Amino acid sequence: MNETVDAVEDLTPAVEGERLHISGLLVGFVSGLPQLVFPMVAAIFGVRKADNPVLIPIVIAVVLLFSLFFRWLAWLRFQYFVGEQDIRVEKGILNRTARSIPYARIQDVSIEQKPLARMMGLGEVKFETGGGDGDDAKLSFVTLAEANRLRTLIRSRKAGVAVAAAVDAPVDVEEDAYPIFAMDGKRVFAFGLYSFSLVIFAVLGGLAQQFDFLLPFDFWDVKHWIGLAEERGVSVNQINGVGLFAQLILAFGAVTSLIFIGFATGVVRTILREHGFRLDQTAKGFRRRRGLFTLTDVIMPTHRVQAALVQTGPFRKRRGWHGLKFVSLAQDSKQEANYVAAPFATLDEVWRIAQAAAIAAPDGDERLQKGVATYWLTQLVLIVPVLLTAMAALVIFADTPMGRTTLLLLLLLLPGAFFWLDWRQYRFGLDDHQLYVKRGWWRQQMTIAPQLKVQSVEIAQGPLSRRQGLASLRFGMAGGTMEMIALPLATAVAIRDAVMEKVAAVDYSAIRS
Amino acid sequence: MTENIATELTPLDPAFVTTTRIATAIGLLPFVTGAAVLEVAHVAPPGSFIVPMLLFYVFVAFTVPARKYRHWGYDMGTDRLRIVRGYMFYRDTIVPFGRIQHIDVDQGPIDRRYGLATLTVHTAGNHNSKVALPGLANADALAMREAIRAAIRQDSL
Repeated sequence: MNETVDAVEDLTPAVEGERLHISGLLVGFVSGLPQLVFPMVAAIFGVRKADNPVLIPIVIAVVLLFSLFFRWLAWLRFQYFVGEQDIRVEKGILNRTARSIPYARIQDVSIEQKPLARMMGLGEVKFETGGGDGDDAKLSFVTLAEANRLRTLIRSRKAGVAVAAAVDAPVDVEEDAYPIFAMDGKRVFAFGLYSFSLVIFAVLGGLAQQFDFLLPFDFWDVKHWIGLAEERGVSVNQINGVGLFAQLILAFGAVTSLIFIGFATGVVRTILREHGFRLDQTAKGFRRRRGLFTLTDVIMPTHRVQAALVQTGPFRKRRGWHGLKFVSLAQDSKQEANYVAAPFATLDEVWRIAQAAAIAAPDGDERLQKGVATYWLTQLVLIVPVLLTAMAALVIFADTPMGRTTLLLLLLLLPGAFFWLDWRQYRFGLDDHQLYVKRGWWRQQMTIAPQLKVQSVEIAQGPLSRRQGLASLRFGMAGGTMEMIALPLATAVAIRDAVMEKVAAVDYSAIRS
Repeated sequence: MTENIATELTPLDPAFVTTTRIATAIGLLPFVTGAAVLEVAHVAPPGSFIVPMLLFYVFVAFTVPARKYRHWGYDMGTDRLRIVRGYMFYRDTIVPFGRIQHIDVDQGPIDRRYGLATLTVHTAGNHNSKVALPGLANADALAMREAIRAAIRQDSL
């Protein structure tokens, strides 16, 4: 019902703007409460001297009302217009901003539902244009129906469908969508096990540092903790006295609990983020929904995909697990720049999704070449003078025996192993349509980019690689980077010419037509 | 190989040497002044600051720009712009016109005095999202801009 009313209104030219949903005011108010803590504390400090306890609740109420009033004002002054060519947003209580976002420039429309908004059937609609500074425009909040209507509308207008047709067409996006990839609870849990993380300690430590003025003791004072233990009948002497075996058991227990916490954090974080992961293929691209409390619903049109990243790690690779991301100008979320299409999938699933984005699997590793080993050797040799200087310094200034300083050369083993692993994993190559770069031994990543999406090509040589006849090849890619390293200059020139021939040729024919 | 490539490139306007000399000379002036002050303060044997500083100054402000100029070059194709620069750190970049988002022509105060301009093309790529070609005669830069603009497709990315 609601939708038909909206549709009728839409037939009249959009002179009158539309407002956000009024209940969104409440959602914004509640989620903004933490920001009010400091003004409140300040206000309470202000009236503390008045020695009148009644003032405190009054002060709190005033702060809350103030916030609510300004939110209401902002709501009143916020309007959006769905026009022929663009979406316009006008906002600002005193400083008015009118922003126009042409449909052709919208990269991405995403709908996010945080728990509270979800309970009230509201969603936050974000438009991204890839124009650098984060969110280009967001509507927080509108009803879910309105959010879906906007998204459908934008997609059809982008595609150049007549406005009337868009209005007549059913608002449902799902019609031509079918699931291409999904993760059940078991899969999400397994993914969590591979997401071992000790970040919780960093967070706790950070919080303790932030709020240590609230704690009645000094958080970083080791003696305090020892004292606390002693109060409970455990003393350092006792621990020292229990014998080596018991100490080992204690240490083992500590490490085990650390490991357990690491795994548990990984599982919990993963479930929160990935619960109910579902990727649909639609007529024009992909639609991904996931999240336990905060539901996100993000669309990626196929033609925006600039490259695919197939990622894995040394452990998950053994069980055949890979992840797939798409590079585009749009930003997936604050933490993740690329569009996560499948975080934890088998290679078969990965290639099936990539295929849907018009990116093909490489037909075997044999096409891909190794880098010239000289490149890594040079880097290793460059470390030697540094070590020799350190050895000389030890002999001269610290009177260390010459023999012992040579042990420093053992330090070469570490970067040596690293460079060897890096060389062993690295591959580059191209076929008729795509470019491939594979790199990394811990975070293994294969970048696959259609040659037609390349923005620019650069051959780079440093002073050393110039003498060795080596070069790097850097490809400009919208929303990402791609670099081939350690190739002979002739190969670099050949690859560049092949790619440029393809890229320039296509555009040139397009100009003449 | 690279020497071969270099011969087919268009060099920059010779005035680029002069403008770079002036810009570097002005940019390094504070250091020369600093060396002179230290010299006057007699903290070290006479000449230990100002002599190396002046040698460095002359080298960087007079020899380097000419060398820089020799290693810059560009090639304006029918469908692409190629820019080659650097000796120690050699860079050879090609930008197809069809991938250029927008084009800038900049003129600084020194450039304007000598009728030079810098042409900068922007692409959507993260590597080389900005490729600059300095030391063009202003008229050439404007002509190149028009040529590129005419070649850019209206199509968005």
